[in-house]
Amino acid sequence: MARDSGIWQNSFIFISVDFNFSLRPKIKRQQLQQRQGTKTGKKKKMHSFGYRANALLTFAVTILALMCAIASLSDNLNTPSPSAQIEILNINWFQKQPHGNDEVSLTLNITADLQSLFTWNTKQLFIFVAAEYETPKNALNQVSLWDAIIPAKEFAKFSIHTSNKYRFIDQGHNLRSKEFNLTLHWHVMPKTGKMFANKIVMSGYRLPEDYR
Amino acid sequence: MDWQGQKLAEHLMQILLLAFAVVAFATGYIMGSFQMMILIYAGGVVLTTLVTVPNWPFFNRHPLKWLDPSEAEKHPKPQLAVNSKKKSVKKN
Repeated sequence: MARDSGIWQNSFIFISVDFNFSLRPKIKRQQLQQRQGTKTGKKKKMHSFGYRANALLTFAVTILALMCAIASLSDNLNTPSPSAQIEILNINWFQKQPHGNDEVSLTLNITADLQSLFTWNTKQLFIFVAAEYETPKNALNQVSLWDAIIPAKEFAKFSIHTSNKYRFIDQGHNLRSKEFNLTLHWHVMPKTGKMFANKIVMSGYRLPEDYR
Repeated sequence: MDWQGQKLAEHLMQILLLAFAVVAFATGYIMGSFQMMILIYAGGVVLTTLVTVPNWPFFNRHPLKWLDPSEAEKHPKPQLAVNSKKKSVKKN
């Protein structure tokens, strides 16, 4: 047993010696002249290839993060001036479903010019049209009727003729002769940083009195 | 490398990266192209890596003075303390 522990000791020392020599940065133990020269007595360490590469990579990524933050802040300098009109061309049908909920189908003509919302840091623009109205049960009901993704500035000025993409269904049967607003919402999705969202409210729309 | 060279390499890396970042941002902002900014910056990082990371000769203009082998033998390497290692092995 004594013999075994002896071998372990020697091999342990051997391993620790190797560890010190291979992974620590090289300390110039033989530079007696240099050691005498340093006034503070602080040991200088030579940077290895890996050390420099690591320092460079970390610094580069930190600066990249700062650049992206400044790019996002530069979006605040943009003063947009969007415009939009929505026209209800036709009410296709207006029914009461078997379970008691009202449903409407509309044909809309949506015209908008959202080009001023795009900046150099904009990836895409997400827009949607919502119908807003009041019921005795809820102060505000919002039903999304149509949405689209605008990938570039060229497509931001458009006029589209469409029926509602998503069903306009009420919670109940409150829609007869209901006054409602059509709101165009947009979300400016950036390449880096903060997302801005805003809307235009267009009021003055009214549903018919009876089911069709 | 030597000590002066090491200092030079570190300073050069920081200044080059900052300069490329400023140029990249300005170009991207003026041209209105995010991609241009990223490309210029990536090119700058690669260039800086090639200039500062490898062990070029101009980093070794004040070479270190090493002792002669005959001198080195008069100052032997310090021995590691054997007693502390014995204690840690026994605990296991």
